[in-house]
Amino acid sequence: MKVIKPQPTEQTGKIVIRGARLVDPGQKIDDPKDLLIENGAVKAVLKPKEKVSGAKAIDLSGLIITPGLVDIHTHLREPGYEYKETIASGTYAAIAGGFTAIACMPNTDPVNDSPSVTEYILKRAAEAGLAKVYPIGAISKGSRGEELSEMASLAESGAVGFSDDGKPVMNADLMRRALEYAKALDRPIISHCEDLNLAASGVMNESPVSTELGLPAVPAASEEVMVGRDIILAHYTGSKLHLAHLSTKGSLALVRNAKENGAKISCETCPHYFTLTEIAVKESGYDPNTKVNPPLRGEDDRTALIAALKDGTIDAIASDHAPHNSAAKEVEFLIAASGISGLETSLGLSLRLVRERKISLYRLIELMSTNPAKILGINAGSLKPGFPADITVIDLEKKWKVSARNFKSLSKNTPFDGWALIGKAVMVFLAGKEIKLE
Amino acid sequence: MKLSVKSLIGLRDLSRQEIEFILDQSESFKEINYRPIKKVPTLRGKTIINLFIEPSTRTRTSFEIAGKRLSADVINFSASQSSLTKGETLSDTVRNLEAMKPDLIIVRSQAAGIPELFARTVSTPVINAGDGFHEHPTQGLLDLFTVRERRKKISGLKIAIVGDIRHSRVARSNIYGFSKLGAQVTVVGPPTMIPPGIEELGCKVSYHLDPVIPDSDVIMMLRIQLERGSGNFLPSLREYSKFYGLNLKRLEQAKKEVLIMHPGPVNRGVEISPEVADGNYSVILDQVENGVAVRMALLYLFCGGAEEVSA
Amino acid sequence: MQKRKRIMDAETIRRALVRIAHEILERNKGIEGLVLIGIRRGGENVATRLARILKEIEGKSVPCGFMDITMYRDDLYHMSHQPEVHKTSVNFALEKKAVVLVDDVLFTGRTVRAAMDSVIDLGRPKSIQLAVLIDRGHREFPIRPDFVGRNIPTSRTDLIEAVVDPKGKEDRVELIETEETKGKE
Repeated sequence: MKVIKPQPTEQTGKIVIRGARLVDPGQKIDDPKDLLIENGAVKAVLKPKEKVSGAKAIDLSGLIITPGLVDIHTHLREPGYEYKETIASGTYAAIAGGFTAIACMPNTDPVNDSPSVTEYILKRAAEAGLAKVYPIGAISKGSRGEELSEMASLAESGAVGFSDDGKPVMNADLMRRALEYAKALDRPIISHCEDLNLAASGVMNESPVSTELGLPAVPAASEEVMVGRDIILAHYTGSKLHLAHLSTKGSLALVRNAKENGAKISCETCPHYFTLTEIAVKESGYDPNTKVNPPLRGEDDRTALIAALKDGTIDAIASDHAPHNSAAKEVEFLIAASGISGLETSLGLSLRLVRERKISLYRLIELMSTNPAKILGINAGSLKPGFPADITVIDLEKKWKVSARNFKSLSKNTPFDGWALIGKAVMVFLAGKEIKLE
Repeated sequence: MKLSVKSLIGLRDLSRQEIEFILDQSESFKEINYRPIKKVPTLRGKTIINLFIEPSTRTRTSFEIAGKRLSADVINFSASQSSLTKGETLSDTVRNLEAMKPDLIIVRSQAAGIPELFARTVSTPVINAGDGFHEHPTQGLLDLFTVRERRKKISGLKIAIVGDIRHSRVARSNIYGFSKLGAQVTVVGPPTMIPPGIEELGCKVSYHLDPVIPDSDVIMMLRIQLERGSGNFLPSLREYSKFYGLNLKRLEQAKKEVLIMHPGPVNRGVEISPEVADGNYSVILDQVENGVAVRMALLYLFCGGAEEVSA
Repeated sequence: MQKRKRIMDAETIRRALVRIAHEILERNKGIEGLVLIGIRRGGENVATRLARILKEIEGKSVPCGFMDITMYRDDLYHMSHQPEVHKTSVNFALEKKAVVLVDDVLFTGRTVRAAMDSVIDLGRPKSIQLAVLIDRGHREFPIRPDFVGRNIPTSRTDLIEAVVDPKGKEDRVELIETEETKGKE
């Protein structure tokens, strides 16, 4: 497993975190534990109140500490669309949402299909000095789906995986070759599963609701045929495949079946898919903030996703943070841009599942830290001694209200504005340096 | 030794002893190329037809020179000249040729299986000068000859073949040839260029070049090209060159006695840097020279002999 | 039915070779400008022995090479498969030299005819002479030897087996009388 070097951040001396409950599925820990940090890395996991000399104590009683949350799927828009988001604002939004590391998709302008763009992204992230950024390189040149991109060079300059996200790779032969080529680089291919011909001009899920609303629609099959195709190709080539933003129960059935047969498949879903359904489009009165790709699906898809989060079919929760400026969103639903600015609500919406006892907190941290880190092969997702001291501190009882106006992200496109949520990240540690979030 | 085959379709059909016999004979023929009069009367009066459906200057010239030095009459057919463009089927073409009583037909084609088709259709012996991705036995033999000339023994050597293995007939013939003579072959390239199941032909596979270099006695580089549609296999020549190209820096990790080979033509700066292609470890020009000798031996062995022995 | 008769033993062969060597020197007025070419494979060792004897006599080396004439044979298209070829190794120029072709047994003369064609393809000698250990008659071509070790009358179906090794230990010439077999060249 290839391990990616983290970006440089400030190093601090000796710190001991006291009084918190450590949830670290990587070490199978869900107990009160104290944590000793030295020079930016975890030195030891201690019994509560265990004696330590020469360390600055930080009292986090009543709070949860976890390995820093990793958002495996975000769009940072820089270079090219800095009016929607920059790497600086995006990593700020990440921290605000409790994430210490994020992976960013290559659909920038220029597309991240060359080492120079990857290096630029890493440079800008280092300058911002906030959440760590792990670039995903493009599968094809310009993400045009015609020729492989220089994946080996991208990997060498820091790409942790490859995707043409935003678009599918329609040409099955190209997808097959991409899976093969990535095998030698030991990095996953991340697939945006959508058949463009089936999806055509659809803007919401195909169902009685779309018929009632009179909008062109996307059948679940559009996602499912590509999920099936990519699972078969990955199995044939023996390569690592990660399926992005799954939204339908049919997709989950395919993944479940593939995993039972030993395939090297992982997959993610997003909070909006397990929180909202297509009804939201209707009830919001065609609010473009409910327009997302894949679209919000039906109620049985939603419940199937929650069951899959619990039973291990789904490996990760990702925000698919897709910031859009108001000009892109404040237009007719039909032509509005798709996407939700999700970094700052992802944890809060996911904690609802814990509160409703749908999944345990332990499982949630697996989904939001342990597994994403493993899928990307990065040095994160665990607070084992030796790992960087990137920590998320959660207050399970904190009551707060989603306020898009106050988002750290430059973009405010969210259907959750005004929602009352319980549970939030109140602090993060980046390489042992504490950042309070308020 | 009488060979077990009447036509040379591929090295897969030859035994180790037959291959070694051909290499021994090639040594005797090589000497002729150093004489002031590079001609012996051995195949005088024999008619050899070079039917190159897929064009090639180098291989065809090599066969032509080999034939002429043995005093044979060599006739060249290339794709554009031939009646194939007028819509004649291949079987008809070869039967028409047979009616003119040639003693040997040498054929190169883009499609695999053509030499075998000819060998089944006519009684004239056929030599395969390369069919599609299938085999290029004369190249395999001259490569074996070149290594044997330098290293005396092929058994126990480690051979690395680097490049687009999927589309390479040279790779396949060499896998058969070298493994039959006791060497160990490893094919190297990005996964998209390694065909599934290649190990069953008798080789190992590596997706990375650097780990293979220190142990290799022979490093054979294959030509990389980007034709239309090949963007599915390879992003760019630049990326290939960076991770799989043989340059001086990589050569530093190789054995002192390593042999660098290439079937040609060489893409300088892509699969091999000019300094390596022209350097002391390169036997690329030896390969060309030995190609004539090996082809002379093959023309001699496949062209002669009476159907009945006359008093 | 085979009857084997020893015609020459090692000592007889040695004396014959010494005599041939002296005759060569007499005819060519010494060793200057002289080269030996043994016809493979029977003539190889005879040439080597002659070269050594010439050196003993004159105190100087005479260039000695070996020639395989398989590629020049006139019966290539009459056999069921191509005979094995062996290497030719003549590493000196032939211009202005007297070439003495050396073979063990002279029979129909076809081998010597092929050898002469091969010599001419290697260069333009001043003259070609022929030295053989045994002349068994039955010429089919107008070829005559300049230097002969011994004349042995034979019938066409007989076989001559000549063994000449470089050290001279195992040397012998034997005549095998037989009804069935074809003659060897």
